[in-house]
Parts: sequence; structure tokens; C-alpha cells
Amino acid sequence: MTTITVYVPRDASALSLGAGEVADAISKEASARGVPIRMVRNGSRGMFWLEPLVEVVTPAGRTAYGPVNVDDVPGLFAAGFLNGGKHPLSLGITAEIPWLKSQQRLTFARVGITDPVSVSDYVHHDGYQGLRRALSMTPEAIVQAVLDSGLRGRGGAAFPTGIKWKTVLEQKTPQKYITCNADEGDSGTFSDRMLMEGDPLALIEGMTIAGIAVGATQGYIYLRAEYPHAYRALNNAIAAAYQARYLGPDVMGSGKRFDLEVRLGAGAYVCGEETSMLESLEGKRGEVRVRPPLPAIKGLFGQPTIVNNVMTLSSVPIILHRGAGFYKNYGMGKSRGTLPLQLAGNLKHGGLVERAFGVTLQEALYDYGGGSASGRPIRAVQVGGPLGAYIPASQFDVAIDYEALAGIGALLGHGGIVAFDDTVDMAKMARYAMEFCAVESCGKCTPCRIGSTRGVEVLDRILKGVDTERNVRQLEELCELMLQGSLCGLGGMTPFPVQSALKHFREDFGPRGGVETAPASASVARAAALFPSGRQET
Amino acid sequence: MTTQPTPTEAETVRRIVADMKGRPGPLLEVLHAIQARLGHVPESIVPLVAEGLNLSRAEVHGVITFYHYFRREAPGRHIVSVCQAESCQAMGAEALTEHAKRRLGVDLHQTTADGQFSLEPIYCLGNCACSPAVMIDGRLAGRVSPERFDTLIAEAKGAGGDSRKLRRQ
Repeated sequence: MTTITVYVPRDASALSLGAGEVADAISKEASARGVPIRMVRNGSRGMFWLEPLVEVVTPAGRTAYGPVNVDDVPGLFAAGFLNGGKHPLSLGITAEIPWLKSQQRLTFARVGITDPVSVSDYVHHDGYQGLRRALSMTPEAIVQAVLDSGLRGRGGAAFPTGIKWKTVLEQKTPQKYITCNADEGDSGTFSDRMLMEGDPLALIEGMTIAGIAVGATQGYIYLRAEYPHAYRALNNAIAAAYQARYLGPDVMGSGKRFDLEVRLGAGAYVCGEETSMLESLEGKRGEVRVRPPLPAIKGLFGQPTIVNNVMTLSSVPIILHRGAGFYKNYGMGKSRGTLPLQLAGNLKHGGLVERAFGVTLQEALYDYGGGSASGRPIRAVQVGGPLGAYIPASQFDVAIDYEALAGIGALLGHGGIVAFDDTVDMAKMARYAMEFCAVESCGKCTPCRIGSTRGVEVLDRILKGVDTERNVRQLEELCELMLQGSLCGLGGMTPFPVQSALKHFREDFGPRGGVETAPASASVARAAALFPSGRQET
Repeated sequence: MTTQPTPTEAETVRRIVADMKGRPGPLLEVLHAIQARLGHVPESIVPLVAEGLNLSRAEVHGVITFYHYFRREAPGRHIVSVCQAESCQAMGAEALTEHAKRRLGVDLHQTTADGQFSLEPIYCLGNCACSPAVMIDGRLAGRVSPERFDTLIAEAKGAGGDSRKLRRQ
């Protein structure tokens, strides 16, 4: 009897729906029946409404079943799923599922397909081709390839990656650093997490290429503490890469050194801001630095430092492997390449969609997202995390591209899309934006530290229907002040969700006849509860 | 005034500091290790860490209080974190949080009288396609209905483990 390979994801979201229990049940049932199987714990394909998604290797290709519960396992065996047998949960050949087939997965090419911590599986699927190519090139040529690809920072700022690299390359200092910002704190985003859990070697390869390109021998991945699964996957993959000599003193026999380690954050959203992240990596309070100097000139421990997002660095291997032109051919205008979009919130088919820039929000929400999970109309969508604008249904035809979104006063950020149905109260969402800023402010600049707290107070008055007109005016002025006067994006962008909610959903800010509102004392208590001891600013 | 650390606590902290002080920018690493071992970062160990790393007490105190993740009081046996961020709000996180408060009989940032559960807010667990999300002792759960929440609480109780020893291995 031949051994059949079964894939059950180890992705945290899949595990959160019971993938671990399903994997155990399949192993147990197989051994009870005396059927030899090989169980691979892969990443997720990103179709989360079908998780736990179980795949079986058949002569026709990988065949999918999902969403599988532990109770379904005996029935799957009875239906002969190990040979691709028909079952009510059959989804056919995985790669042929239209939701997946219509995507253009470059950065996510291996996620959900390979064993995430197996170097040999990685290499078998085109892994380390980019590094191999890079090692045969001059540092200048590597940087030029990244520049020519048109790759822009996927963390949200969209700064051309090649320019950052070029600046670091030009610094003549013996010690430089490659840092990866894996502090993926935006609600509605999980692409970094999926990649770090599902194909961590792609990030490791990208960072190694960056090190070789600019002459840095040490890399750090700054990972948020909320991602324990990614922490384990990264550490396992780094150990495997050292073992196979893709990391260490002699990378791929080139005589060049690159060392890499993971450092954990500690639950501070502001540490996703690059200078705050550097402070935190140095073991300090994550307070934002005043720029200049840029991190590329004076970054970690005062040395020239590349700070790139997980998606940015993980896109580098394919750019080096297939060439800048290949990557640049995807996309539109000044947004080149592909973007891993994340569909979240109130959507029927939440998950990861990687496509060339230019998909419309409408397509993302309805063709991929399948409309709302609740079955009610989608009223508002927040794109780009807690600092992103709310977009009304009348603007769902906007193309998802940096410039097109900026054109309607919105931003792409890290590519997270959170949908809300018509039960949402946009004044409450505006209040939440201010509250979040108040909780997460690093405290260094006044507009952010004090402004956000005042913003919560003004919105509480609006929510209670007190002197609405005057308070809305005050809120607008406060937003303008925070926007102009804050040191970094936290205070400087918190106004975006607030202003967009005011602009597009003004009716929610009017007198609130009949709407139940919290008494003042309750809202004060709630705000106090949100400040852990020692963080209360006023 | 702060109390003295117990001899065991002091020994644990000294060993952690000795192991890590040679690393670049070690303070966060040290605090993570202390919390993983002791379950929290007691005020009483601040002088030990400061002395060991050649920092001022103010610097160490400043870092501990800056980060939400470091807890200064011993938590309950199980830590229940309910996501409060937008994606989870879009799927009923507010109602789930209210349910959790009622079920456990505590507010956010509080521990049940029997020391079993600490209820905490958290801002995004990266499980946004399966909202609302909850994490109990490092174990992530998605699409958590109030009924599922009760099951998870019962399971945590039944499992009997101690979150203070499970987190951040």
C-alpha cells in the first residue's frame, strides 16, 4: 500500500477553527484502519470560510475537503477521501477552485502548498533561487533590480524600497542592519502572519538578499507578541536555514555572513512605526524618533538600517529570481507588482487575495468576499487599518492602488479591508478611532497624546446628543490639529477614520433621538478600563 | 515602598540577566523571560534588573509601564483576551465582551475572585477573517459566539493547566 500525503494547515486561523483536532483525528483514524499516511502541516491557502481545509494528494492533483470538523473524519474515510472519493465536503482539485485560481500569487506562491519549515521543500518550490542569483551579482546590481521592479513598501507608507536600499548601500560604515517590521497591528490584516507561519523561509531569504545587497551581516525580525504561532514557525525555519547553511558565516558557500534573529514586541501598536520599532529593538520605550536622520543613515544602534515590512522583504526573492521586469509587469500606474489583500470583518468569504494592483473594491468585497456574512447590505468599509479612512458604498468602484485610493481621500496601508454592515454606528467607530489612539499613543507629542483623549470626550458629547453642531465643529478642528501637528502617523492619521466618518456618514453624528447612549459615568469608567495602570496620560 | 523579591524570584531574575546581558539592547528580552518564568514582572525586581543591566531604575520602570504586554500584578491561572479591534467589532465583539464580563463576573483588566481567570482586552490577533477572536492561554479561537466562549472557558477550567507556565515558551 502506498503512503498517501494529507495536508492539514498549522496556520493560526485554521487552528482557531479546529485544524489541530482535525489533524489528530485523521492520524488516529488512519492508524486504527491500518492505512499509512504522511501528514504535512502546511500554511493556509487563505480561504478561511473553508478552514479547516484538508487536502489529499491524488494522481489528479491535490484534492480539497472543507470545512472539516472532527465529526466529519470517519465519514471522510468511509467515502475514500484518501483516494479523492466524493463527499459532501468535496471541493475538487484545490488549484481549480475559482477563488484561488483567479489570483496572481507571487509573494504567496508557496503559502499553503509547502511544509513551512522544510528547507528541502522550499528549495523544491523555487526557494533560494533569488539568493543564488543575488550572490552572482554586484551589490549595486541587486539594489538596481529592486529599484527597477517598482516595489514599494507594503507596510503602508509605500516608499520605493530600492531607494531605501540604495541609501544604506552608500553608507560607509562597518556595521549595518536589516530589520523586518513584523508588528502587524492593523485590524483586518493578517498577510504577514500567514506568510511567517506558512512560508517563513521566503522572508528569511528576502532579508538575506537585503543583507548581501547593502553589506549588512545582522538581521532582526521585530515580531508582535500577539503572534505566538508565527514566533515558533520563524524560529524553527531560522534554525533549519542555519542547519542547511543558508544563514550563518558562509551563506550558500559564498564566504558572506548573515545572521538573523527574532525579537518580540510587547503589545504596543505604535512600535509598527519604524523609528519607534527601532527604539523598541534597542530595548527602550517605543517612543517615536524625530526625523531626520533617516533610519537608512542612522537607524538601529545608530547604524545604517533597512526597515522593511514582511510583505516587502518576502517579495524580494521572486524579483531577484524572475527579474525586475517580470514583477513590474503586474500592476498599474505607479503601483507595480501584486498586493496581498486581506478580506476581513463582516464578509462571507474572508481571506487572502493576492492580485496585481488595480482590482476594484467592489470586486474584492463581492466577487471574492461574497458580500456580508450577516446577509445585510455592506454600509462602510475601512481600508488600511485603524488609521485608514471609511469608504461608503458609493465609492466601492475605486481601484485598489496607492494613488487611486489617495484620490478619494483614503489610503491602502497594509492592504486590510474590513467590511461593516448597515448596523454599524459610524459615530461610535469614530470614537473608537480616537480611543485607540489614546490607548496606543507613545506620549511623545502633545497633539496625539492629549488630542486623542479630547477627541474621545468630544465624541462622547456627540454620542449623547449634547450641543451636536458645536461639538462636531470642535471635532473637525481637533482633527485638523492632530493631522498637522503630530510627530508620526498614529496621531497624524487617526483623523482619517474620524473625518471620513463625518464626511460620508454625517447622519450618524446628528441628534440621537431614541438611540440608547451610555451615561457619562459609564463611558468614563470604560475609558479608564482601557488604560492599563501606568498608561493614563491625563 | 516596594516589597523584596522572594529568594527564588531574585535567583531567577539574576540568572536571566546574567544569561542575556551580553546581547544588544537586552531589556525587552530580559522582561519577556522574567514574565515567562514568573507570570508577571513584579515591581520588586526592578532594582535587580537595573543593576544587572547597568540602567537606572527609572529606565527599567519606564519600559515595563510603556508596554501593554508586561503585567505588574500576578494574573489569574488563565488569561482570556478578547479582541476589541474593528474587524471583530464588525462581527459582534462588543456583545461578546459584554457576555465575557457577565460570564466571568469581572470587568476588563480584572481577575476573578477565585484567581481562575483574568479578562483582558487585546487589539488584533491577526484572525480577522474569522472574527470575533479570543485567545485563552495562548490558544487562538475564531468565530467565537457566546456559546462557544462558554465552552472554551469550561475547557480551560477542565484542562487545569496554568497559563503562567504555558505562555511564551
